[in-house]
Amino acid sequence: MTVPVTWQDVAALLPEFFLVVWASALLLLDVFWIREKRTTAWLSALGFVVALVLAVGQMGRAPLLAFRGMVIADAFSVFLVALFALSGLVGILLAQDYLARNGIERGEFYVLLMFSVVGMMLMARVADLVMIFLALELFSLPLYVMTGFARPRADSEEAALKYFLLGAFASGFMAFGIALVYGATSTTSLPHMVDVIQAGEADLALLTAGAALVLTGLGFKIATVPFHMWTPDVYHGAPSPVSGFMAATAKMAGFAALLRLFVLVFPVVADLTPVLWALAALSMVLGNVAAIAQRNIKRLLAYSSIAHAGYMLSAAVAFADPHLGPQAVAAILFYLVAYVLATFGAWGVVILLERRIGQEGLLLEDYAGLSRQYPGLAAAMAVFMLSFIGVPPTLGFFGKFYLFRVVLDAGFVGLALIGVLTSLVSAYYYLRVVMLMYMKPGEPIVRREPRVQATVLAAAALTLFLGLTAASSLYAWATEAILRFG
Amino acid sequence: MVPTSFYIFLAALLFTIGAVAVLVRRNTLIIYMAVELMLNSANLAFVAFARQFGDISGQLFVFFVITIAAAEVAVGLALIVTIFHTKHSVDIDAMHELKG
Amino acid sequence: MLWQYVPIAIMLVLSMGLAALIVALGHLVGPSRPTHRKMIPYESGMVPIGPGMRRQPIRFYRIAMLFLLFDIEVVFLLPWAVVSRKLGLFGFIEALIFIAILLVGYLYAWKGGALEWE
Repeated sequence: MTVPVTWQDVAALLPEFFLVVWASALLLLDVFWIREKRTTAWLSALGFVVALVLAVGQMGRAPLLAFRGMVIADAFSVFLVALFALSGLVGILLAQDYLARNGIERGEFYVLLMFSVVGMMLMARVADLVMIFLALELFSLPLYVMTGFARPRADSEEAALKYFLLGAFASGFMAFGIALVYGATSTTSLPHMVDVIQAGEADLALLTAGAALVLTGLGFKIATVPFHMWTPDVYHGAPSPVSGFMAATAKMAGFAALLRLFVLVFPVVADLTPVLWALAALSMVLGNVAAIAQRNIKRLLAYSSIAHAGYMLSAAVAFADPHLGPQAVAAILFYLVAYVLATFGAWGVVILLERRIGQEGLLLEDYAGLSRQYPGLAAAMAVFMLSFIGVPPTLGFFGKFYLFRVVLDAGFVGLALIGVLTSLVSAYYYLRVVMLMYMKPGEPIVRREPRVQATVLAAAALTLFLGLTAASSLYAWATEAILRFG
Repeated sequence: MVPTSFYIFLAALLFTIGAVAVLVRRNTLIIYMAVELMLNSANLAFVAFARQFGDISGQLFVFFVITIAAAEVAVGLALIVTIFHTKHSVDIDAMHELKG
Repeated sequence: MLWQYVPIAIMLVLSMGLAALIVALGHLVGPSRPTHRKMIPYESGMVPIGPGMRRQPIRFYRIAMLFLLFDIEVVFLLPWAVVSRKLGLFGFIEALIFIAILLVGYLYAWKGGALEWE
């Protein structure tokens, strides 16, 4: 006999429930009543504001397994759910003007964005293997469509097809990996799995193979080398707001599930530590070196996102150490906040300078002379670049500081060294953008789009302000966002 | 009774065939069919394990994989159809807009 | 362990062998005098119109996709139907929510013109 769903279950997933209902209603409203597509945009933005409030309302509650152990509302997931709601809001602010001016605005875009965010939120909540697979697909499928939203532009369609094929390939790995993990532990529930593993009843060889396949699947989503080859093409071909949204949030979602699985459930597969080590090192080196050769700002940011996935993964290498696990989670969460702020801001600048979709204003040379005519925008972009490098006092510096500290505590001196050296290499191409903006003469053409401009400036202000004043308290907050099951 | 390892061996074989086909084939439709093969190899493994454990949750997972595969097919084929409209080809080698 | 499957294996080998044998005998023993009339696709003599691999109109694909998406729901409704009495009102409401979500998709497809034939 089943236990009926209680209000407690619903309360655990309140932001997600609200967004699903809101998005479904909006989908119908959009086709039946709403004439101005802008109305749909603002209504979905309102939905994200409400979801953010609901997520904040969940903070400070005791961890709660809901829906018969399918999902969990713990401090870690609430932290990320709030961050996702905020990212959804920013995604809409960045996208609306861009879509309208390029004549590709459709109400479905916003609905897809909302469904995608719900999937990402569930990625942070997973307590069962079934949910990992469902959440992964729920956030990926809308992203495939959003990537191809600029049809019939061939580059956008091609990016969507590439993203789709490689994404589906990755979910094949996920599904088979999950099957092996299930076979090794005889349960799909993650809390049960922890018990089974601790009782020594799990088949370790099978579990390691399954964990490796799951890592491959998630590696595609967070774009680590060698599963990164789609990233530059997809970020290049997709409409810029979609690229920015993907770069920021898809990575967060991937890391959310990766951390929960590896820190809480898989510490026993310590055999995978060298694999993670290699993935992190390769991503840092290849991402940064390849970014040097880029002339297109979208491709540059794509390679930079690969490198940042490597930095974050380097802290996750310590997953098998029970003492360092929580510390690694806190460092990665902190880094994610810094990365997301700078990513949204930098893509916002890209959106403002992109003259027509996919053409003109996307090359690095187009940024020359930006500081003369638009000092505020140039300063903001400089802040993002410095945060990406990790220059104090930006938030990115503290992010790298906490990350490398975990890596050193775990005894991976080589990895920390690679991290620091590649950060130096990355300074070359990030500072080239700054140099172009401030030293070279030019006549950049910038859109007057107050909402995007406000978002960019707010992201820059936060990156600088949080770095100057609140870095340690933010880190303390991240430390409290502990992963647990019940 | 056929031992579970036989099924898992078959599933692993199907998975490998699918993964290799994704990497070597040039036609996007065939690539997608190979992905389906990978998903279905996972289904086979799930059902085999579920029978061994006498546990229903493995079979349940298969339902979800089937549903997800259907949703994926809808999105994927729509993308392939759109790209066929633009390029009159669904070959991977015809995709050369994005270089850098 | 697998001995009980041996008869099936023997059966498989025998039936495949027999099929191969009959086809081979037909080739070896029977006379072969191909004429143009005999080589066309339909033995009844019907003249084929156009190539066999021609493109199908896109609307068939659209209908097939919609069918597939709404067909999959049965995977979830069938197990529900089996135990629906045991689940009582709670299960009924759950199923209604499930169908309501599908209905949203259906209404969208309808309004979006996916059900128009032309």
